Amino acid sequence: MASTEVLRADTSARVSWKNDPRIRGIIFQVLVVVILAAAVYWIWGNTVDNLRRANISSGFGFLDRRSGFDVSQSLIQYTADSSFRSALIVGLLNTILVAVCGIITATIIGFLVGVGRLSGNWLIAKICTVYVEVFRNIPPLLVIFFWYLGVLSVLPGPRDSLELPFSSYLNNRGFFLPKAIWEESAWLIPAALVVGIVVAFILNRWAYRRQMQTGQPFPRLATSLGLIIGLPLLVTLLLGIPVSFEFPQKGTFNLSGGFQVKPEFLSLYLALSFYTASFIAEIVRAGILGVNRGQTEASYALGLRSGLTLRLVVIPQAMRIIIPPLTSQYLNLTKNSSLAVFVGYPDLVQIGQTTMNQTGQAIEVVAIWMVIYLGLSLSTAAFMNWFNAKMALVER
Amino acid sequence: MTSADLSYVRTEMLGPQPAPSRARGFGAWLRANLFASPMDTVLTLLGLFLIVWFVPNMLRWAFIDAVWSGPDRTVCATVSQGGVQPDGWSGACWAFVNAKFAQFMYGRYTYSERWRVDLTAIMFVLLLVPLLIPRVPYKALNALLLFVVFPIVAFFLLVGGYFGLRYVPTSEWGGLLVTIVLSVVGIAVSLPLGIVLALGRRSKMPAIKMICVIFIELVRGVPLVTVLFMASVMLPLFMPAGMTFDRFLRALVGVALFASAYMAEVVRGGLQAIPKGQYEGADSLGLSYWQKMCLIILPQALKLVIPGIVNSFISLFKDTSLVYIIGMFDLLGIVRQNFTDAAWASPQTPMSGLIFAGAVFWIFCFGMSRYSIWMERRLDTGYRR
Repeated sequence: MASTEVLRADTSARVSWKNDPRIRGIIFQVLVVVILAAAVYWIWGNTVDNLRRANISSGFGFLDRRSGFDVSQSLIQYTADSSFRSALIVGLLNTILVAVCGIITATIIGFLVGVGRLSGNWLIAKICTVYVEVFRNIPPLLVIFFWYLGVLSVLPGPRDSLELPFSSYLNNRGFFLPKAIWEESAWLIPAALVVGIVVAFILNRWAYRRQMQTGQPFPRLATSLGLIIGLPLLVTLLLGIPVSFEFPQKGTFNLSGGFQVKPEFLSLYLALSFYTASFIAEIVRAGILGVNRGQTEASYALGLRSGLTLRLVVIPQAMRIIIPPLTSQYLNLTKNSSLAVFVGYPDLVQIGQTTMNQTGQAIEVVAIWMVIYLGLSLSTAAFMNWFNAKMALVER
Repeated sequence: MTSADLSYVRTEMLGPQPAPSRARGFGAWLRANLFASPMDTVLTLLGLFLIVWFVPNMLRWAFIDAVWSGPDRTVCATVSQGGVQPDGWSGACWAFVNAKFAQFMYGRYTYSERWRVDLTAIMFVLLLVPLLIPRVPYKALNALLLFVVFPIVAFFLLVGGYFGLRYVPTSEWGGLLVTIVLSVVGIAVSLPLGIVLALGRRSKMPAIKMICVIFIELVRGVPLVTVLFMASVMLPLFMPAGMTFDRFLRALVGVALFASAYMAEVVRGGLQAIPKGQYEGADSLGLSYWQKMCLIILPQALKLVIPGIVNSFISLFKDTSLVYIIGMFDLLGIVRQNFTDAAWASPQTPMSGLIFAGAVFWIFCFGMSRYSIWMERRLDTGYRR
């Protein structure tokens, strides 16, 4: 007892405070924070000095001023008289639009190609491999230019537009589709869609509980699809199809009427979809290969057919491997949508750049970019984490 | 009674029967791999249709109908477009690539000084290739030459201004030269920065950890375009008045900061894969933090993440094409810029130029990804079951 006391006293006496890792850590941290603070102070001083010299105001007051520039594509009402704030909102909505469209298409192509690479069909597997290897190894910007400069801008002019089915036209000014004009009673159709989704959701929960309790299955997919698609369809028919179409008309110089998808959007959307799809395909392939072969064999041994095996055994387990990297691909696609600035699609970065040029307030614009992109990243990550937790392995 | 008496028992083994003709040869391969089921047959026919439609058209466009040389746009334009080709003609305009090839490689680098770029490139290849082949000896000397001596020599060779070499401002650089210099320097700077950030993120000191996490997540959360804008617009604002930055240097700072955040995550993956016993073993030997990291942990962790580093390099290589936005002309940028050259503008020019740039990028990236896969297999010792 006494000897240990002596020993302890002895060590504490010999280790000087300079060698105590805790104290050293604190000193080191204080040092780093002080240096960092000094650097920030120095940068801050320089910036204030430079801004005053260049006569640039600071602060976010510019957001309420008149923007004075037009935007080629806008989801909300916007004119050159609107404020910079609404211009940036237009940009944000355009970013979200192209990102969501791109994510949906890239996921579909990616899953098809990923499964295709594993197909027993030699030709399909080879075609999918070539697709993946080509698109994975070229810059996304090149793919955007390919569509924008190589394909869409060398299409014939409006006068000799390519005619496609359903009276849609393709020319170097974009893709012209018939525009649907809804009658007044048409609001019932989206209402029916919402009702269908809600009812399907409740029904699914009920069916799941019942299956857990009694083991009785319920045709969930068929009923849900019936409710979500069938209900709006029924309402449409009951209302006597309250829609008419405005077809694009060929004029002397341009097509008039109809719904125009601009080449800027089209090239960005196609490029992001095709480029990201090649990465998603690899993720899907790795996910499916990651499921133990024994699972498939056990499922066959239980007498499940190959379709059911894929749907009930392989895919749910593969999804667990697929979702985390898929999330980062979705985030990459969203961030790559900033390449819009190269083709003049008015996304957040492009409008921010115009704002920067007009007001000179670079710091504020960059801050807005950072906050919005971080917000988009964090919300996508949060949603995918929730989805991942839902799909995670439930051990019983 | 011995076995020799049984004359009806064969003494030698019977050879195997050949497989039934249905399971043999080309026909069986076709049945198994292309026409296994009605669905497969449909898919195969669809695929064949795609190939038959696409490949001959592409070959005709790229080779048979292509124009390989010529003085200006007239050779690549049809009669109605003011050229010499018959109406309805469509083929690749390799003449454009041919005429601009030197520009695509060097940008506007002074013509008489281009041997310096060639010499740097040759030195780089001669030093890099032996380093990448594991069997070649003298790795330490090789690495020293490549990572310490070569950058200094390359700097003086490319920039000049000393030893009687003419000064070539970076505003004259362009093409593949810029792409490679930006990505190589970017990765060389980002590797040590990334290691420090990764160590900081796993540090037990809360202030250090927080600073590193904030930096990494902030940079990873935003697109490279905004980082480049920031480097190009805000860096001059941050510096004292009168201090100017080369545009090339600004791009380099942006690219290196961006890459270091991604590199930090790659290295962190390696650090996490090292078993705890290695850390504890180092501690029990009484090694200090830096001794532990430099002698025990990092050598193992970095070896594990070589494929990850190569993959970061590939994405950085592709991402350098974005410096076009701040007025630098990398390979893709200079190809794009040449589309506006009135002497070569024709409907076939953009597609030809882009396919050329795409092929160059593809060869580099595909080569690197193959190397990374091969290295991964090689390093996968010890874990093989």
